[in-house]
Amino acid sequence: MAKPVSIAVVGGGLAGLTAAIKIAEAGQHVQLFSIVPVKRSHSVCAQGGINAAVNTKGEGDSPWEHFDDSIYGGDFLADQPPVLRMCEAAPGYIYMFDRMGVPFTRTREGLIDFRRFGGTKHHRTAYAGATTGQQLLYALDEQVRRFEDDGKVTKQEGWELLSLVIDQNRICRGLTAIDLWSMEVDAFPADAVILATGGIGAIFGKSTNSIICTGSAQAAAYQQGAVYANGEFIQVHPTAIPGEDKHRLMSESVRGEGGRVWTYKNGKPWYFLEEKYPAYGNLVPRDIATREIFQVCLEGHGVDGKMMVYLDITHMDPQVLTRKLGGVLEIYEKFVGPDPRKVPMIVFPAVHYTMGGLWVGFDQMTNLPGLFAAGECDYSIHGANRLGANSLLSCLYGGETAAAHAVPFAQGHQKRAPEKSHPLFTAEALRQREINATIMRKRGPENLRALHEEMGQWMTEHVTVIRHNDKLRRTDEKLRELQERWDRIDLNDEGAFANQSLLYARQLDGMLKLARVITLGAIRRDESRGAHYKPEFASRDDAHWLRTTMATWTPEGPELSYEPVDTSLIPPRPRKYDVEKQTAFLL
Amino acid sequence: MPSMSSTIELKIKRRDRPEAPPRWEEFAIEYRPNMNVISCLMEIQKRPMTRSGARTAPVNFEASCLEEVCGSCTMLINGRPRQACSTLVDKTGTRLELAPLSKFPVVRDLVVDRSSLFERFRQVKAWVPIDGTYNLGPGPRLSPADQDFRYLLSRCMSCACCMEACPQVNDRSPFLGPATLNQVLLMITHPTGALNKEERLEAIMGPGGLGDCGDAQNCVRACPKEIPLTTSIAQLNREATSYAVRRWLKR
Repeated sequence: MAKPVSIAVVGGGLAGLTAAIKIAEAGQHVQLFSIVPVKRSHSVCAQGGINAAVNTKGEGDSPWEHFDDSIYGGDFLADQPPVLRMCEAAPGYIYMFDRMGVPFTRTREGLIDFRRFGGTKHHRTAYAGATTGQQLLYALDEQVRRFEDDGKVTKQEGWELLSLVIDQNRICRGLTAIDLWSMEVDAFPADAVILATGGIGAIFGKSTNSIICTGSAQAAAYQQGAVYANGEFIQVHPTAIPGEDKHRLMSESVRGEGGRVWTYKNGKPWYFLEEKYPAYGNLVPRDIATREIFQVCLEGHGVDGKMMVYLDITHMDPQVLTRKLGGVLEIYEKFVGPDPRKVPMIVFPAVHYTMGGLWVGFDQMTNLPGLFAAGECDYSIHGANRLGANSLLSCLYGGETAAAHAVPFAQGHQKRAPEKSHPLFTAEALRQREINATIMRKRGPENLRALHEEMGQWMTEHVTVIRHNDKLRRTDEKLRELQERWDRIDLNDEGAFANQSLLYARQLDGMLKLARVITLGAIRRDESRGAHYKPEFASRDDAHWLRTTMATWTPEGPELSYEPVDTSLIPPRPRKYDVEKQTAFLL
Repeated sequence: MPSMSSTIELKIKRRDRPEAPPRWEEFAIEYRPNMNVISCLMEIQKRPMTRSGARTAPVNFEASCLEEVCGSCTMLINGRPRQACSTLVDKTGTRLELAPLSKFPVVRDLVVDRSSLFERFRQVKAWVPIDGTYNLGPGPRLSPADQDFRYLLSRCMSCACCMEACPQVNDRSPFLGPATLNQVLLMITHPTGALNKEERLEAIMGPGGLGDCGDAQNCVRACPKEIPLTTSIAQLNREATSYAVRRWLKR
């Protein structure tokens, strides 16, 4: 038998661990890189659930219906074939997790229960209380530990990717990474590399993301030639609680279980979502709920005149609430205070997810042969707006698909990746050490966290819910100014051991690069679609903009080009949530 | 709520690298409502200067989700093992003493190496031995009550507060500690995980296992997720006793 190939998986969240398990199961070797112990990855923050059209409630649900909801919810920007495959694979993933021991919330018959989420009329979301992501991640973490025990997975926890190693034929042959404690930089040959490095919330300063979601791996790949697609599509979640250090998510499942959004108008409670969208009510997709909340607050109807509205569950049975939503309510109680079973919660929209990411084909491979991407860090599946509870699902689908294609790709190499001592690797490791040395010497007037906060404020103010071309252009100027000021930072830390400032400096540099991709993508796209909304161009413009934004790095900034969207399964139609959706025919 | 002065005073135990001697540094930062310990440490990053105005490196700390589900930011806050994210200044008062956990090797400042915890999970084989991830249909049915109980246990985020609080966990003892024992119970309460229940119990009946618990009950008080750790250990003890009797009868 041939010697197993060795595949590097970067990121230990749901997508990365899925890929790792599938590769190990195929008898191949995995080098698993993660900046944190994988059990602490950001997937733990996913609360509400995971979608799969298992149709246990007699509602006539089907993978096709799930597919149609997802494409419609994404405002037709997603390339369709992989979305259909994902929806078809979904029930199998739920059963797999069930067999792994995930404590899914059960019906009285002992079956897995399903609840409603936004953008659908069906009970399609399986859940484990309100910490579903945590429970799914733990199940995969346990299975990966089993493969680690068998020697099929080698974990490199506490290592951060610095760059990819790309040969003269533009093929990805491995990566360089840094040990976050010893600060040792090393190169790792691999027969293929899968990035599963999650979101980029840190670009907006405060978001619902974990603070490790800096997008540094995507930024590195982008600067080495990987195309970054649909960067301008950023999901702002309608219901979060603002905090000093981050914004904390109040899951969509709160509304899925019956929670209502309202504020006062003329002294009386005004259920504005229910009034404006009688068909879907509080369960309109996130982009719509967020814009409506913004709108009523801008009109002066926010709670106490501020940018806040009520999320109300006080009419519901407290015991059911604890069982089905306990994890979320606990966060509210710990960080805000009053018992949400008795007093309506006060919430506001916050940056939550990036639909955009590294461009991949239907095999999850980027434009660089040998480099794959899966999960939030890739652009596929969600189009212009992601439906709730589809993110965990897309991590599973992306991770599985990337593994399924990375293995034969790796086996098809004429020659295995060269040894670590090959100049290809030693030169790249040296280049990274030199970059680090340059940053370590910086003793300018600028402070990293202050620069980061300034960037976050500009991006949140001008490049989220409501976008105007003049303000977007000013933001891009600001980003270029911040990039110059980044050169004059004070690294503040001479330590040769566990120097968090050095990594923070590198991450911030990457964030600035991706922030320009997001901002310039938004400037160019003169239409409104899903999460991208420009009042000057308030409608969707399929004639000009039913296209994928493709950003390529150049030293002067991102170069944008556009590709057609694969709408081969469902022809685009207008998207409306005030009336019932008419499902497209299955061709 | 204690009365709030406009300054938060922090005393932080620091160490530049594992073998370096520890030292205390004091910081003063401006109070704002709703601050947690993490936002205090972020303020120090913004202006890394001690109280007396001396330039210093920003304090190293571990943190990720900031909503008490990832387990990263455990540290000693005023002597108690807690999550820095869910420790609010409005509740603790404006004088804070931060130190790294004492039961784990210090890496730098407030960062410690807790990899031994995950090593213990491996030792007790804390996983359900499925045949594969292929589509093999649904898993076994579970009553809502059994599932609720397992969910309670499975919310453990490996933060290690219980190990820090437990007098039996220390570098002279092989005791697995509450978090790992809790994983064993989680596994044997799953119908598939229970298929090799005896093997799992065997693994915690020797040195470092159940017998090393001193019943101090510190763990259950320290757990930020309110996992009934002492109940878990008591249930494991009953299971182990009944297994030991069956094993003896079979001889």
